Amino acid sequence: MSGRVLVGVKRVIDYAVKIRVKPDNSGVVTDGVKHSMNPFCEIAVEEAVKLKEKKLVKEVVAVSCGPQQVQETIRTALAMGADRGIHVEVSGKDYESLGPLQVSKIMAALAKKEEAQLLILGKQAIDDDCNQTGQMTAALLDWPQGTFASEVTVEGEKLKVVREIDGGLETIKINLPAVLTADLRLNTPRYATLPNIMKAKKKKITQVKPSDLGVDLTSRLQVLRVDEPPQRQAGVKVETVDDLVSKLRECGRI
Amino acid sequence: AAASKMAAVWSMSRRFIIRSYNPFVNSVRRGFSSCIDPSDGLTDEQKEFQKVAFDFAANEMAPHMAEWDQKEIFPVKTMQKAAQLGFGGIYVSPDVGGSGLSRLDTSVIFEALSTGCVSTTAYISIHNMCAWMIDTFGSDEQRHKFCPDLCTMEKFASYCLTEPGSGSDAASLLTSAQQSGDHYVLNGSKAFISGGGEADVYVVMCRTGGQGPKGISCLLVEKGSPGLSFGKKEKKVGWNSQPTRAVIFEDCVVPVENLLGEEGQGFSIAMKGLNGGRINIASCSLGAAHACVHLARDHLLVRKQFGESLSNNQFLQFKLAEMATRLMASRLLVREAATALQQNRANAVSLCSMAKLFATDECFNICNQALQMHGGYGYLKDYAVQQFVRDIRVHQILEGTNEVMRMIISRNLLTES
Repeated sequence: MSGRVLVGVKRVIDYAVKIRVKPDNSGVVTDGVKHSMNPFCEIAVEEAVKLKEKKLVKEVVAVSCGPQQVQETIRTALAMGADRGIHVEVSGKDYESLGPLQVSKIMAALAKKEEAQLLILGKQAIDDDCNQTGQMTAALLDWPQGTFASEVTVEGEKLKVVREIDGGLETIKINLPAVLTADLRLNTPRYATLPNIMKAKKKKITQVKPSDLGVDLTSRLQVLRVDEPPQRQAGVKVETVDDLVSKLRECGRI
Repeated sequence: AAASKMAAVWSMSRRFIIRSYNPFVNSVRRGFSSCIDPSDGLTDEQKEFQKVAFDFAANEMAPHMAEWDQKEIFPVKTMQKAAQLGFGGIYVSPDVGGSGLSRLDTSVIFEALSTGCVSTTAYISIHNMCAWMIDTFGSDEQRHKFCPDLCTMEKFASYCLTEPGSGSDAASLLTSAQQSGDHYVLNGSKAFISGGGEADVYVVMCRTGGQGPKGISCLLVEKGSPGLSFGKKEKKVGWNSQPTRAVIFEDCVVPVENLLGEEGQGFSIAMKGLNGGRINIASCSLGAAHACVHLARDHLLVRKQFGESLSNNQFLQFKLAEMATRLMASRLLVREAATALQQNRANAVSLCSMAKLFATDECFNICNQALQMHGGYGYLKDYAVQQFVRDIRVHQILEGTNEVMRMIISRNLLTES
């Protein structure tokens, strides 16, 4: 296999931040909140860079959709070893309603335009937990998909993918071009090195508009309300097993 | 079935999310986007450097800092990992393996690394200082011989100026170096040498000429040189992840090629190294204070007394605010001094002294106050705050005591120009 790998990277609220819901319940607070690359996207970038280091691919292109700030996320991918970046400009209301369907249409269009052989995404984003973009993109492209990948091996013009599934591990063989989504155990993302961070400054990020790709960003979904999870109630201590059984009966659990 | 799938997916994500089991690490390394955000005012590139340093500190250092302290472990593998990222020679030229970054970039990096372990970061900064001295004052042969291995931390370096009889009065040092044909013979001893016994390259200030600073030269002494030996490993209050020993020269033979710069230039080289070293040590103090402010904040939010959490207590709120303010003031002075040194401004030396004086004093107070806010728990070694206090106490003493810093600053003010 040779050629180009596209890696989708999403800028999300940093995983360690305590999320707060906006007072008007329209969403979560993002202003002034620390953002970083989605952890599963880091794993996707690492896998792509590893393939390049093994000389199995020629070029790794990092793609992100969003406003100006997503360029930071693309730069992080460049510092990890991606060769160049594509920033798909989406801002304002379009960005607020940007979801897996719109992103998959964008990724599919870019995959065709860039003549990519492989598309690697994180399995899901930690803000919406959708777990849809990879699968939808594969469907739009009519490409095979290796989702929840925990191990990927190139075998000629095919990929052997070990997938994490509910029952354990499943091994499949898929043809290229294909879409992969990275799961937790696929690899451990590298730290960017200081020299690579400096080299990343010189790497190119091209700006593209969704309209250039012929993509319509209209969302079919409307968020009605966002609420905090219910406050955790205090538990009740019981003295004996009989007490426990009767309390469980009281709340209708048994 | 759908619910259990979500649960499985979420549990896998959470395993990743709880990267380290040390609860303080997450809040420290990410910080909160707040008034003391250390990335405030930095360029995008500096923010990237800082992010790598914070990540490295949280993942590779913080989980071990207590063990390294208690067992007095010199974490060679971890430091070499740091060197792979470019932390071995941060402001050393790239042509000999360094990262070629600025003093400000360096300060930002050491501040972040320090949140993971002050002692280890401080040693890394001393090592960096030595590598820079060789890079800057060495001949091409010396630079290419020593710097690459130092930048990868294949080899470690120590800075040898202080002696049993000369600390603040550094220029009165007695270790002598007599030239004899193609080598120097060294006699004397150095005290309190960080990395002593473990380091491979010793940057030694010794007397080749007459009295005073002009008689001092700088020699690179390699481990294994005949006549080189070490004292016992000192037992210290902090800085326990780096060994401290006396370095003893008894007719120690050093090749003439190992003279750094000219004879008589040694004191000047030593002081120039220390200007950067002072910014680095001050930066380590900043990192410790930053970590401690977070630890204190978290404790105030969790601990309840008199029916409410400590964070509702106005005295403690005000104390936290003062700590944050002094941290910011220290950070700004350190970063300004770093910039001044980078630009070789006329006031650079004074600024470095001011920054070291102010930041090390203030940050020690901040860490100490954070310990007080923890109450009895602050005194237990199960809690990290006491290690930060112990580790940064020495920053007010070494690389020029804060009293010597006052000497430098007052001399600048009182000398007729």
